[in-house]
This record gives sequence, structure tokens and C-alpha cells, in this order.
Amino acid sequence: MDAILDQAFREQRGRVLAALIGFLGDFDLAEEATQEAFAIAAERWPRDGAPTHPGTWLVTTARNRAIDRIRRDRTLAEKTRLLDVPEAVEDIMDDESTFPDERLELVFTCCHPALDTEAQVALTLRTLGGLSTPEIARAFLVAEPTMAQRLVRAKRKIKAAGIPFRVPPDHLLPDRLAAVLAVVYLIFNEGYSGRNHLAAEALRLGRALAELMPDEPEVHGLLAMMLMHDARRAARSRDGDLVLLADQDRSLWDSAQIAAGRAQLDRALALRGRGPYVVQAAIAALHLDEPRDMRQIAALYGELARLTDSPVVELSRAVAVAESDGPEAGLEIIDGLDLDDYRYLHSTRGELLRRLGRTAEARDAFSRALALVDDEAERRLLERRLQELGA
Amino acid sequence: MKYMLLIHQGTTPLPGTPEWEGLSDEQKGAVYAGYQAVNETPGMTPGVQMASPDTATTVRVQDGRTLTTDGPFVDIKEAIGGYCFLEADDLDAAIELATKIPAASMGGAIEVRPLV
Repeated sequence: MDAILDQAFREQRGRVLAALIGFLGDFDLAEEATQEAFAIAAERWPRDGAPTHPGTWLVTTARNRAIDRIRRDRTLAEKTRLLDVPEAVEDIMDDESTFPDERLELVFTCCHPALDTEAQVALTLRTLGGLSTPEIARAFLVAEPTMAQRLVRAKRKIKAAGIPFRVPPDHLLPDRLAAVLAVVYLIFNEGYSGRNHLAAEALRLGRALAELMPDEPEVHGLLAMMLMHDARRAARSRDGDLVLLADQDRSLWDSAQIAAGRAQLDRALALRGRGPYVVQAAIAALHLDEPRDMRQIAALYGELARLTDSPVVELSRAVAVAESDGPEAGLEIIDGLDLDDYRYLHSTRGELLRRLGRTAEARDAFSRALALVDDEAERRLLERRLQELGA
Repeated sequence: MKYMLLIHQGTTPLPGTPEWEGLSDEQKGAVYAGYQAVNETPGMTPGVQMASPDTATTVRVQDGRTLTTDGPFVDIKEAIGGYCFLEADDLDAAIELATKIPAASMGGAIEVRPLV
């Protein structure tokens, strides 16, 4: 029974909460009611058995609790913004379809551009991810009261400013979807360097979005890219040291997850997706081939640079060009980039200079990178490189 | 939902300034037409026209004494150049109207404030 409850919590919490927010128009009330419904489930299900449709049971229970609560508060204060309180439904609905899935409405509300990015991320993890406030605070290395305050402010603003609970209309959808995907990708990247549960959370959100928006290629592109990057997690470090892709032990790659990633990419391409996430997924897929087609990878980075106008992408293109056409060709691109504070620019330059035998310049470049680095594993990698160059 | 839209002029050229005179007749016409379209939007209550912020006087009271300073409370560039009220379904509708206020695309910014 604990397992069933755990599963219901993981799988249904986002849906139940979304339905309650849609119904009540109030995040706090919905969160409380959802929590109460799960507490009642924990008490009753072991005794009476789990219901046929746990999700519907939970929504109905949470809804009735919320209505009771509003009634009590109204008798107390004789005023509430919810003037027409619907009747509590006594019979438990037995049809899963009577309980609409409003997670999309919820994610678009949480990622509304009128909220700042930090608030969007926190709120998405809190509501759809089901992470507790202390968990989110730890994940983003901020004090718990700070995170709590951020969430309170965001929820208050949604209500006070009238941020709508809906999937945006077509003319707003491209921009709003980009904001949602950016939040999920940001969560994934936070999890990339070690905080695994955040990466897992991003994957879960990505899967949910792909299920909810099956016709949006960029959604599948993002999921494909995350799956393929994450599949190499176990191979990416050895004894706490970073292992670069070319040196990774391929037997440690998660082949099932790679296959899932490739399937998502195929879906995105079949939908004629050519956006930045689809291109990044295609690049990630090419990186998994043996041998890697560096010319093709360089061409796709060129396409991505065109789409995003990002010098960081140009740097990646330079790496691919260096592999296909030689280090000089890569260096030429790098030397035209305005990215002087970016440590990867210097470490990449150092590597290409080393290959060309320009040892003194390579040492200087690695030292510049070392001065900018803040990650311990990367620091050790750079120090090894410097040692090899006899510094 | 009721909103107040506060128009921060920023670097928007104002009638009577050389910057405004630098605009072509077509551009000036587009600005007037833009404000007219905004004012005719259903749910909109236009504000009363304000004189330019450099005519403002800022008043404070300290220890019972009235202190006045010449000019707006904030920098001229951040001063309010106009305002209006909007009754709209939600923030998205208010944002959409804000994008149509000419000052928003001429160097100014619109602050969308919900009213309680």
C-alpha cells in the first residue's frame, strides 16, 4: 500500500493540484486541499483498499475539502472572493475523463513572463514537480526563507495581477512555449553538474510536456536532447574527475535511454521541427555515433548559431570544425569571438594550441581558464592539462 | 480585473520638443492614431492629459514644514507621462493593450498595475 500511495503521489500530485488550482483559482488553497486529500488517502486506502481511479478520488476529495474550508471561512468572515461556492460532490466520480488534465494550464501560468525566471523555476518545481520548499532551496543553494518568500510573492502576484490560468492562444503560444521550455532546460542544467534529482525532475517535466503537447516539435526536441545528455551521466566522471566525451566508457551509457531520446528526435523531425532544441537534439544524437561525423556536427552548430545568435554556440562549432578540418580552422573561429570571460573559450583555445605544439600559448590559455573556473572537477582537469604541458 | 496603465515616457519624443519636430508628418500621424485607437478600446478609460514632467512640483512635509522641489519626484526620464484605466479579462489582455500604446515602442515603458 505504501508503494501504491507513493506512486499515486508521484504520478497524480501535479494533475490533482492543477485541477484544484483551475477549480479554485487559488494556489495556496489548492495546495492545502491537495495535501489533505493525500493525507486522507494514506489513512483510508490501507483500510478500505485503493480506489479504482486514484486520481479522480484524490481530486474529488481535495475539492470537497476545499469547499468545506471555504464555507467555514465564510461563516467566520462572511466574505470571500469565491461567492458561488459549488456544492460538494458526495459520490466519487468513477470516470477518469471527468477530471480534466490541467497541468498545461498550470505550467503556462507558472512560466508566465510577468514572473521573473527564478520565480518561474521555483513555482514549476513546487507545483508540477512536487518538490518541497526546503528541497528547492537546497537545490538552488539559497536560504529556505528566501525561497519561501520567492514562492509566496509569485503566488500572490499571479492572483493580484490576474495572470490567466490557461494555455495561451496561438498568437502568444510560440513565445510562451519557449519560456516553458527554457525553465525545464534550466532545471536540467542545474542538475547536469551533479544534482541528479533536478535532472530527473527536468526529464519528468519534459516527458509530461511531450505527452500534453504531442504536436510541438520543440517539446520533443528538448526531451530528446535531455535524454541523450543524461544517458551519459555515469560515464561523465571517473573517481570524481571529469571524463570528456571522446574518452568515455561507452558501456556505461544508458542505451535504453539513448534509444528513447532518438525516438523523441525522430518524432520532432517528423513534425518538421527545425527549432533550436531540435537542432541541439540532432547534435547530441550525432555525438553518440561512432565514429562521430564532425563535419555534420559542425554544420548543425552553424545552423544553431544562426537560430540563436550565440557566441557560445559558435565556440562549439569551432570545436567541431577543429576536429574535421584541423586545429587552425577551429582557432580561427575562436579568435573572432567576443567571449573573454568564458572559461571554456580559454580551455578550448589551450587544447587546440597544445595540438599545434604551441606550448607556451597553450599554457597561457589554460591558466586563463583556470583563473575563471569555479567547479572542482573542472579545476582538476585543467591542472592536469597544465602539468602535461610542463607548467 | 481592473488595471491602471502608467506610461513612463522614457525617451519618447513629446510634442513641442525638437525630437518631436524631427518626426515626419506620417510618424506624428501614426502616434496620434495609435493613441486614438487605444482610447477607443472597449474597457478603456483614458486618463486626463498631463502637462510635461518638467512643470511638476514635488511636495514633502518634514517636521510640519512644507518642502517643495522643482520637478518630478523621480528623474525626468522615469516620470509618468500619462495614465489610463483598463477593465480586462486578465493580465494577458492588459499586456496586449500596453503594447499598442505608442510610447511603449518609442523609448518609453508601460507599467501595468492591478487595482484592488
